[in-house]
Amino acid sequence: MEALLSNVDWPEIGIASWDTLVMVGMSLLFSVLAGLPIGVLLFLTGKRQLLEQPVAYAVLSFVVNVLRSVPFIILLIVMIPFTVMLIGTSLGVAGAIPPLVAGGAPFFARLVETSLREVDRGIIEATQAMGANVRQIIFGALLPEALPGIIAGITVTAITLVSYAAMSGVIGGGGLGDLAIRFGYQRFQTDVMVITVALLVIFVQVLQMAGDRLVLYFSRK
Amino acid sequence: MIVFDQVQKSYQVDGRAIPALHPTDMTIETGEVFGIVGHSGAGKSTLVRLINLLEPPTGGDIRIDGENITRYNAAELRAFRRKVGMIFQHFNLLSSKTVSDNIAFPMQLAGIYSKAEIRDRVQELLARVSLTDHATKYPSQLSGGQKQRVGIARALACRPTILLCDEATSALDPQTTQSVLRLLAEINKELGLTIVLITHEMDVVRRVCDRVAVMDAGRVVEMGAVSDVFLHPKHPTTRDFVFESESIDSEEMQEDLQKANGRILRLTFKGEATYQPLLGSVARASGVDFSILSGRIDHIKDTPYGQLTLSLIGGDLELAMSALEGADVHVEVVR
Repeated sequence: MEALLSNVDWPEIGIASWDTLVMVGMSLLFSVLAGLPIGVLLFLTGKRQLLEQPVAYAVLSFVVNVLRSVPFIILLIVMIPFTVMLIGTSLGVAGAIPPLVAGGAPFFARLVETSLREVDRGIIEATQAMGANVRQIIFGALLPEALPGIIAGITVTAITLVSYAAMSGVIGGGGLGDLAIRFGYQRFQTDVMVITVALLVIFVQVLQMAGDRLVLYFSRK
Repeated sequence: MIVFDQVQKSYQVDGRAIPALHPTDMTIETGEVFGIVGHSGAGKSTLVRLINLLEPPTGGDIRIDGENITRYNAAELRAFRRKVGMIFQHFNLLSSKTVSDNIAFPMQLAGIYSKAEIRDRVQELLARVSLTDHATKYPSQLSGGQKQRVGIARALACRPTILLCDEATSALDPQTTQSVLRLLAEINKELGLTIVLITHEMDVVRRVCDRVAVMDAGRVVEMGAVSDVFLHPKHPTTRDFVFESESIDSEEMQEDLQKANGRILRLTFKGEATYQPLLGSVARASGVDFSILSGRIDHIKDTPYGQLTLSLIGGDLELAMSALEGADVHVEVVR
C-alpha cells in the first residue's frame, strides 16, 4: 500500500481538498447571490411576463450568453487583469474565485429563469387577483413555488464549479486540480492523479446526494 | 352593483387588433348570482377578468358601486382587488404552502391584519368549508373538491363583496360539482356577496344562478332571468346549451315529432303548477287524447319546473289550451 501510493503527500492532499472546498463554497455563494437576481430579472422582463421589457431582456440575455459561451479555460485567462484589479492577485484560492463566479453566476441565472418559468401562470394570476404588488408576487409566490427547482439549480451549479475549480489549477489556482496538474500530470505521479480524481468524484457525489435530498424535502407537488 | 358601459377588449396580435369582447352593456345586481355561459373562446374568461382588471379594457367604463374602476391607479387597484375574491378552474393554490397558509396568504399580502386576526379568520374559514382537519396538509394531498374549497376559503379571506368564479367546477366530477355549487349558494345567501360565475355547463347556471348572460363570439347574445332564458331560449347558441344540458339530440327530437300525430304542444310548468295533477283533468274536460313525447321535471335554483312535449288528438283543442293557460302553464304550439 505504502509503495503503491509512494508519491502521495497526505498533508498536501488535505490542504488541496480544503482549498477546493473553499473555492467551490465561496464561488457558489457569490454565484447564487449574483445569479438569483439576474435570473429573476431575466424571467420578469421576458416575453409576456410581469415586467415585460424586450430591450432589457435582450441586453441581459446577451451578456449571460457571452459569459456562458466562452470556454471556461479561456475565461480564466481573460479574467486575469480584472481579478488582479479586484483582489490584487490572480493566483491561489482567492485569485480563482472571481473567474469562477463569472462562469457560475450566468449559468445559475439561466437555471433560475427556467425554474421560474415552470411556475404555473395561474398562480401568478391568482396572486395578482389578491391585490399583490410585483415584490409580493416575487417573494410570496414565485420564489417559494420555484424553490425545489432553484435548489436543484444550486446543486448543478456547485458541481459545475467543482470541475471549473479543478481547471483553475492551470493558471495557478490551487486546490485538487492544481495538485493533479503539477504532480499527477507534469511529474507523472499517477498515484497522486488517482487520489485527486477519486476525491473529486466523492465530492461531486456528496453534493448531488445532498442536493437531491433538499429538493425532495422542499417539493410539495 | 357592477355596471359595464360599452366595455370592450381587443388584443394586439401581429399589429392587428383582435376583438375578444365587442362593446357590451351589462348590469350585475348586488347580491345576485350571475352566470356567464359560453363555449370556449366566446369571451367569457375575458369578461370575468375585466371585473377585477386582470385584463384592462380597451374601451368603455366599468363602475362598481358607482366607482369607475378603470381610472384607479396601481395602489387603488390593489386595494380594490382585495374586495374581489376569485376562484379558478385549476384552483391555483400555492403548492409550497399548507392549506392554512394558502388561506392566510391574501390577508398577509394586504398587510393590514394582525397575526391573531389572521389566525382566527383562517380557523373560521376552515370550519366554513369543512376542512379544519386538513389545515396542515399541502394542496397535493387533497382531492379536487377539497382544493376548490381551499380556493373558496382563500377567496373569502379578506371579506370580499364580489366573488368571481372562473370555471370553478369544470375540473370536478359531478358529485363534487354539486357540493361546491351548494357551498357557493350558501355563501351567497349567508354573506350576501355578489357572485359572478362563468361556465360552459348550463346545468351549473340552472342550479345556482339568478340571472344569466349567454356569450357567443365576443358578444352577449342573450341575457335575463335564468328561468326565462332556460325555459324559453331565443338565440340559437342558448338553445344549443339548453339542449346539451338536457341531453336532447335535436335531430332525434325532430324525428320523434314527425312520427307523432295531431297537434304538438310544449307545456312549461313553473313553481306550484309543477305538482298539480293537471293533464288528466284537462283531458277529461276537453275530451282530447294525449301522448307524452318527452318531458322532465327539475329545479331552477329553488324553483321547481316541468316541461312536457305532448301530441293531442281529437276533442276540443281550444278548450284544452285555454284550461292549461288558465292554470299558469306556458303553452307553446310546436306544430
